[in-house]
Amino acid sequence: MAGVAVSTTINGDHVEYLCQPDETLLDVLRDRLGLTGAKEGCGTGDCGACSVIVDDRLVCSCLVLGAEAEGRQIETIEGMAHGDQLHPLQQKFLEHAALQCGICTPGFLIAAKDLLAKNPDPTEEEIRFGLAGNLCRCTGYDKIVRAVQDAANVMKEGSR
Amino acid sequence: MNFDPRYSGRSFSSVGTRPIRPDGVDKVTGRARYGADFNMAGQLVGRVLRSPHAHAVIRKIDTSKAEKLAGVKAVITAADLPDLTDGDAAMYDILDNCMARKKALYDGHAVAAVAAIDARTARQALKLIEVDYEVLPHVTDVDEAMKHSAPLINDAIFTEGLEEKPVKPSNVYKRTQYGHGDVHQGFAEADMIVERSFKTEQTHQGYIEPHACVASVNPDGTADLWVCTQGHFVYRQHCAQLLGLEASKLRVTSSEIGGGFGGKTHVWAEPVALALSRKAGRPVKLVMTRDEVFRASGPTSATSIDVKIGARNDGTITAAEATLRYSCGPYAGMWAEIGAMTAFACYKLENVKTVGYEVLVNRPKTAAYRAPSAPMAAFAVESAVDELAKDIGMDPVDFRIKNAAQEGTRASYGPVYGPIGIGPTLEAVKNHPHMKAPLKQNQGRGMACGFWFNFGGQTCTDLNIGMDGSVSLAVGTVDVGGSRASLSLVAAEELGIDYSQVKAVVADTSSLGYNDMTDGSRGTFSSSMATISAARNAIKVLRERAAQMWDIPVDDVVWEKGHAVAKGEKHGNLGKLSLKEIAAQSGKTGGPIAGHSELVADGAGVSFATHICDIEVDPETGSTRVIRYTVVQDAGKAVHPTYVEGQYQGGAAQGIGWALNEEYIYGKDGRLQNPGFLDYRIPVCSDLPMIDTQILEIPNPNHPYGVRGVGETSIVPPLAAIANAVSNAVGVRMTHIPMSPPRILAALEAEREG
Repeated sequence: MAGVAVSTTINGDHVEYLCQPDETLLDVLRDRLGLTGAKEGCGTGDCGACSVIVDDRLVCSCLVLGAEAEGRQIETIEGMAHGDQLHPLQQKFLEHAALQCGICTPGFLIAAKDLLAKNPDPTEEEIRFGLAGNLCRCTGYDKIVRAVQDAANVMKEGSR
Repeated sequence: MNFDPRYSGRSFSSVGTRPIRPDGVDKVTGRARYGADFNMAGQLVGRVLRSPHAHAVIRKIDTSKAEKLAGVKAVITAADLPDLTDGDAAMYDILDNCMARKKALYDGHAVAAVAAIDARTARQALKLIEVDYEVLPHVTDVDEAMKHSAPLINDAIFTEGLEEKPVKPSNVYKRTQYGHGDVHQGFAEADMIVERSFKTEQTHQGYIEPHACVASVNPDGTADLWVCTQGHFVYRQHCAQLLGLEASKLRVTSSEIGGGFGGKTHVWAEPVALALSRKAGRPVKLVMTRDEVFRASGPTSATSIDVKIGARNDGTITAAEATLRYSCGPYAGMWAEIGAMTAFACYKLENVKTVGYEVLVNRPKTAAYRAPSAPMAAFAVESAVDELAKDIGMDPVDFRIKNAAQEGTRASYGPVYGPIGIGPTLEAVKNHPHMKAPLKQNQGRGMACGFWFNFGGQTCTDLNIGMDGSVSLAVGTVDVGGSRASLSLVAAEELGIDYSQVKAVVADTSSLGYNDMTDGSRGTFSSSMATISAARNAIKVLRERAAQMWDIPVDDVVWEKGHAVAKGEKHGNLGKLSLKEIAAQSGKTGGPIAGHSELVADGAGVSFATHICDIEVDPETGSTRVIRYTVVQDAGKAVHPTYVEGQYQGGAAQGIGWALNEEYIYGKDGRLQNPGFLDYRIPVCSDLPMIDTQILEIPNPNHPYGVRGVGETSIVPPLAAIANAVSNAVGVRMTHIPMSPPRILAALEAEREG
């Protein structure tokens, strides 16, 4: 099968690649571009471990084709920190121990970033429903919710 | 080495604090490398063909068309994994489970595998493999499988543990019995007896990371395996034996692990990946899909349990009895036996008897799942205990306190307890504000207790001190949930230095001596013991070096708060030497400084927990919502309290999923109908409340810091606590887990119809 030439932007960098027409964005990120931060937990859009942001929209990259990235702006976990400076969500996940095994963490961080971009001051319930598309089997979500609450407070302080 | 593991009652400066874990930044930036995140030059993609039948003879497998497909580099069947198990029945079962030999024994059983240049070619190749099956009758239900009329899964199984060997084979692999006293006499003394039967459905560990490995068998007979596992040393032994490799020539590196919960203590795909690599002459990456994870890995047992408990009107239990039937999948197991051992472990009983039956069914081979077998037994027993308390008019907490095991109690499974936490967790629950909070309409509160043995085992640890004074701690127990932070704290504590000076790593099988796997809640317990021992050996060297630097006898040097100190008035002019100062001079005083430790960590203290749950039930739909949840558990000593809380919360959440939603659903054709996260629904964030925790610390006398394992016990009480809460909310005793909306509605309807 002939490859599809794609020109896109990932974490602010211009990227070009060839992919198969039936290849997912997740496979392109992981297998062609070496961006293994997004994880495949299910391949059916049920677990959120492969979450990325495409043009300000949170998506499961296992449900997006690599070819669909043409001309888009894509954000992955690898672009979340600025140099040595962790994003407040990353810092709060560490401080609250909001991860145990950590396999779901990149997806949660991307989903939480998207949530706070749209709702900077979420209630506990809004956080719980905002992150309901991401599965975690280790934490029981308690410390994840607290980390997101804390990060939201820090980010509000920072933006004042 | 004269290592004294006894509890010393010392005070702590590092242990008990909550620093950030050493592997944390890698995990929040996406840099941490899990099973599927590793690649090798020239790597192929492996895929496995699986049986669509629950039970079928494999007459013939024709791989010729697949082999001819361009890009296919190897196709294997059981013929490529010859039987090298030499009469070891357990290893033979592992081999047969990795690749079916004569019969496919469950939907999802591997029958062939391919390695190809890419995933698309590998998938195409699977479709070209022709398998000629003779489909046989199957059985997936644990009670059905015990009937004489049930299809026979293995005609070489004659029930063990009976007084006389049976004349006919059956699906019951083994009968086991535990207990003491005379239950017949005990029930005769009872004023009130509760007798009930319970069922629990099969669940999966549900780790988010599917099984993944990269295998490379080299032309010189050496091999490398990168894999997500809870025990890379055990994987090395098993893979080497099944492949006919020398264990010493197989190097296994444990990747970061994306959840295990017991499910990554068993080899499945790894011997297959190695066999593919051997045949193709290239490295092979093999990653399971989620569908394969559900159909072919995990799960826990489905169970059917009868419980009978009798008590006097004063609340004293006079006798307790249980019969436990656990599904094992199609191979021998010891799951019912563990259930029989744990069932009544919380109580002080004069007359107790438990009988377990290991039952073969056409489902995936049962794997360990967090305190394996204990949650189902606790569900049955704690439900009956609650009912009995109600029948004799006692508060359920007071009833349990009256009958709780204590130091000196002979456990129902044999040993006599040392200092234990069941009584203190019950007292803490009795006084907890949660127990006094008001409930609204359609809400119910339940509580329950749980027990787990905990395990120690073989452990080997290296502690190396760099010339800059940094400490590198190499451990062999895989870190499944933050143990590198805990073990770094322990090294810092023992050496008297700051946590930031220590970094723990998990070493591969060629870099460290043998370690048992991270199971039985042993990671922090056993590796912290080995770390303390290694640090004490390093301190001995540090003292020798300081003595050399001062030119005084080593016996005059003591180690205090991270420094060598010369004792005695004659050395009054000598200052202190810090670990850093001694390390900086190590090149001149005898070379690198290190401490090593190898030991069998005996004396893992048993663990107890008591949980409280409030639940709201919609009587019209049968849907439920957990509105408040509290975990009280004994940790012995919480090394890193935040990660201890995390274990408590995570176990409770898994228990909530098991109690309310999760189950394997098989069709009449014996095929699994819900092998995905959409239909096998684990709890999501919006399903749960905050999970409150209370850590009790009753020191384990067999560990220098008093540490007990904490990882597993938290999944034992939830099934029962939630069942008791639902039963209290709806006024009907719930006896079948999960308590899904249809089951709750059916129970309500049955009650209405009387």
